[in-house]
Amino acid sequence: MKHRRFNLPGLAVFAALLLLWEVSSHSNPNLQSYFPPPSEVMSVLFRLAFARELLGHLVDTLERFLGGYLLAAAIAVSLGVCLGYFRLAHSFFDLLIELLRPMPSVAIIPVAILLLGIGDAMMIGVTVYACAWPILINTIDGVRSIDRTLIDTGRTFGLGRMRILREIALPAAAPYIMTGLRVSLPIALILVTTSEMVVGGSGLGYFILDEERSFRTKEMFAGIAVVALLGYALNRLFVALENRMLAWHRGITAKGTP
Amino acid sequence: MKAQAPILQVENLSKSYRQAGGESTRAIENISFTVNVGEFVSLVGPSGCGKTTLLMSIAGLIAPSAGRVTVKGAAVNGPPRDLVLVFQEYNKSLFAWRTVLGNVLFGLEAKGRSPLDAEAKGRWLIGLVGLEGFERHYPWELSGGMQQRVAIARALAYEPQVLLMDEPFGSVDAMTRLELEDGLLKLWKELGTTILFVTHDIEEAIYLSDRIYVLGRRPSRVIHAVDVRLERPRNQLTTRADPDFMKLRNEIYRRTAGEARNEA
Amino acid sequence: MSWNRESKLNGALVLLAVMAAWELASRAEMLNPLFFPPVTKILKSFFALISSGEIPAQILSSVRRASSGYVLAAMVFIPLGILMGLFDGLRRALEIVIETARPIPPPVVVPVAMLFFGLGEGMKIFVIFFSSAWPILLNTIDGVRNIDRVLVQTARTFGLSQGRAIVKVILPAASPQIMTGLRVSLAITLILVVISEMVGSSDGIGYFILDAQRRLKVDRMYAGMLSLALLGYLLNQLFVIFTNYFLSWHRGMRRAE
Repeated sequence: MKHRRFNLPGLAVFAALLLLWEVSSHSNPNLQSYFPPPSEVMSVLFRLAFARELLGHLVDTLERFLGGYLLAAAIAVSLGVCLGYFRLAHSFFDLLIELLRPMPSVAIIPVAILLLGIGDAMMIGVTVYACAWPILINTIDGVRSIDRTLIDTGRTFGLGRMRILREIALPAAAPYIMTGLRVSLPIALILVTTSEMVVGGSGLGYFILDEERSFRTKEMFAGIAVVALLGYALNRLFVALENRMLAWHRGITAKGTP
Repeated sequence: MKAQAPILQVENLSKSYRQAGGESTRAIENISFTVNVGEFVSLVGPSGCGKTTLLMSIAGLIAPSAGRVTVKGAAVNGPPRDLVLVFQEYNKSLFAWRTVLGNVLFGLEAKGRSPLDAEAKGRWLIGLVGLEGFERHYPWELSGGMQQRVAIARALAYEPQVLLMDEPFGSVDAMTRLELEDGLLKLWKELGTTILFVTHDIEEAIYLSDRIYVLGRRPSRVIHAVDVRLERPRNQLTTRADPDFMKLRNEIYRRTAGEARNEA
Repeated sequence: MSWNRESKLNGALVLLAVMAAWELASRAEMLNPLFFPPVTKILKSFFALISSGEIPAQILSSVRRASSGYVLAAMVFIPLGILMGLFDGLRRALEIVIETARPIPPPVVVPVAMLFFGLGEGMKIFVIFFSSAWPILLNTIDGVRNIDRVLVQTARTFGLSQGRAIVKVILPAASPQIMTGLRVSLAITLILVVISEMVGSSDGIGYFILDAQRRLKVDRMYAGMLSLALLGYLLNQLFVIFTNYFLSWHRGMRRAE
């Protein structure tokens, strides 16, 4: 969604909802325990942030996220380029991919617990598994959709296979690869927080669930706010990176203004 | 001799647009003309002179800055009931999710026709534009010229008293265009609809019309009006070779070229 | 993906090879049979659990709550998306609220839902409803906003009222993108139903798999995963059939481009 002008009506609605929450929470003691006023959540948030506890969980979650996401990207992009480039290899693995795809990746968590225990390795493992699929499939699509003409252009200029791959194929497939990377960003966060909730120990997912179980709702909402901010920040970061890398692509596909 | 009762009247129509920088550009200025019942009238002008703006204002799709339009005596305040606009970009106007027959039927549905006799009428119109056999096709399966014919059939299904056409043959190739011109004249003769036709092609305007209003560059005004007294039915070979045809063409061309020179 | 015969054959070969390797490695104890029971044992469990009705019952529970949340989300967010797509004012008013709620990873909603709904059906349906909302809403808004202006003007020149225009022109024109949103939501729904069952539940296929793992009944666990994969595949196929029927016109158009 474009933010062309300062969105006053949007801000007004948002502020109104917060105000409604604040007022009804204060006036209704019953509601207060379930839906503590935002002001109290905020104060708790600051207290926790400075108390390092929440920060520790945030760091844990972020570590697992980065580990899983980057590893998945490295594996899936390389594999995807291979499978996209070499039709023969793709034909071997196509069926396998199509069979494994429909299974929701969270179902791999129990297996991962068996094989990798209940620590960071398991959480990173499931994240890698889950993120690999969209990245892999989009990369394969991207490489396969490269126009033959582009490759032939490289060849007519005497470029070898490796150079063509690096200088022509990868940039041409980049938009698709980026789509895969963008789609798996929220997936990584989902898997990390889920495995934290299922297995426990540390991390924002565990923290939020734990606070809920102890009925410390202020802390719970504070944790949710942090994880939402994390997701938002990661997304913005990605979009900024993507824009720089794909500046050329946006020019071509920019829609004509009506 | 055609009845001289006016059905469409444009009075002092002006339209300005506010640009991003804050200044306003005037697209059309003080345009006035009349179209009588059953006439075929063309508006001719160079590209970008605001013809589409004018047509959209008459069709009630945009509000003019000044002046007014009356259809059958009633002022136009929104899309008038007795009038339909055929757009230049037929590929964006046709409904991709409906077949040819489905698109044409839309015109009838919009008028509230009962589905019973709608289908028969729809098929008849499809035949009238020369597309029998293509009822079950989707628009993307047809050529540009055929798609435009579907759009025309759809508009006619609405049974409008006035048909507005915005450079309908602008995006088709030259050969198809001649076919479509003759097809349109045939339809016009058969149905007796009043047609207001916009084009940048001077010869096309002369070939089709009873009367032509020539528009100048932005901000457009009517810089010339001319009656076309060539014989009907028109013929691509003989009419275009007629010396009067040439005379009209030169006259109009001189006027528009004069506009360009004035601007320079 | 192209599906010529050679590709299918190659794929089948690879699949069989993988399964054979697994079987052998498991029996030879190269792979720990506790973690990787032989394929044959897994398949035996699978068929036993299917015929005894145990797995179908769990799947039914999962499907029931998944479809409630999914259908509810569609019924609420498609109309909302259409309105937000048509009326820029509405979209801008809700924009900040939506952008705030969107980055919340769906699993994190589970504890909140547990707070209000306990561990019952309501919790799971709410989680699914909340999570499947975004793809449906955002794709619907996009689909409506991307409708060519000429199409809207066509509807107007034919004298259609706002309501009739929405039904006859806006909805069909936006339907390909709405379908995309529904398809993405379907995948998310499946994921969320499994998550919500794993985190707080007593039944459903997600709980079944986790429970099997906890009790170290590993062949049951794999059988559960297999059924889940089949369920996912089936739902996808159903969706494809559904889309093909309603959007046959769109497919042809895309192919022509």
